[in-house]
Amino acid sequence: MRVAVVVFPGSNCDHDAYIAYKKILNRPTDFVWHKETNLDGYDLIILPGGFSYGDYLRCGAIARFSPVMKEVLSKANKGIKILGICNGFQILTESGLLPGALMRNSHRQFRCRHVYLRVENNHTAFTHQCRKNDILHIPIAHSEGNYFCDAETLTALQTYNQIVFRYCDQVGNITDEGNPNGSMYNIAGIINKGGNVLGMMPHPERRVEKLLDNDDGLKVLTSTVETFIRNN
Amino acid sequence: MRVNIKVVLKQGILDPQGKAVLHAIRDLGYNNFTNVRIGKYIEVELAHNNSPKIKQELEEICKKLLSNPVMENYEVEFKE
Repeated sequence: MRVAVVVFPGSNCDHDAYIAYKKILNRPTDFVWHKETNLDGYDLIILPGGFSYGDYLRCGAIARFSPVMKEVLSKANKGIKILGICNGFQILTESGLLPGALMRNSHRQFRCRHVYLRVENNHTAFTHQCRKNDILHIPIAHSEGNYFCDAETLTALQTYNQIVFRYCDQVGNITDEGNPNGSMYNIAGIINKGGNVLGMMPHPERRVEKLLDNDDGLKVLTSTVETFIRNN
Repeated sequence: MRVNIKVVLKQGILDPQGKAVLHAIRDLGYNNFTNVRIGKYIEVELAHNNSPKIKQELEEICKKLLSNPVMENYEVEFKE
């Protein structure tokens, strides 16, 4: 299994993702500069967190036109797994690979803290190492994570079980208090219909060692590795 | 020739910045205002004034890049 971590100007969680796959999970992992136009041979492409292009215009709006994104779209259409975290999620919605948009947090503040996530769908390539309704305790760090889509899209997301993570309280109740940014339906992460493109605002790659509070994020990352092993 | 483009949040979408500014306006003692919406204003200079494709190209640019159709509307205004 080969992992590509795409680096945009302004990415700043690229090293976290790289270390998690390379050092913790021992998978061949490369940084790929955003000018690259060939991603052949990679089984997982990560769009990391950060502030690509300084968040100019809208978060992810300019990164989605980086040369590498044409290739990411093409690989996505061929079923290659794509994981967008935080700014990566914003880039995925801007590029149309995932529906909806990530708006300014409803309280206008940057939030950098741990949140609780409930696993709504554990039958995905990114979550099968979790149980349904597992509660993950992992960090967020963003100003624009307020998920929004129209009513029709929300119904479709529910119908096709595309809502993968929702913000919750410590015991798994979906509450307003557990929602750190005003996201519609407490949505923290969604997957495309094809099941190969996942976007999430929280940072699983920042919780991969017990030394740092917990390793809940590993469940997401090892799911992608196990998916590859199963399929090959 | 110049083109002025306004990008605004769609009606019904919460605008937390606008809300904060409205609060500040009230804090200043002005009580005649009930709603503030904040958008973006973009100026674009044209290389050729008379290209017949300009309108269509601007529509494309607004849809693809300058606005996000999920949450925003845009207006294009031509200025001499």
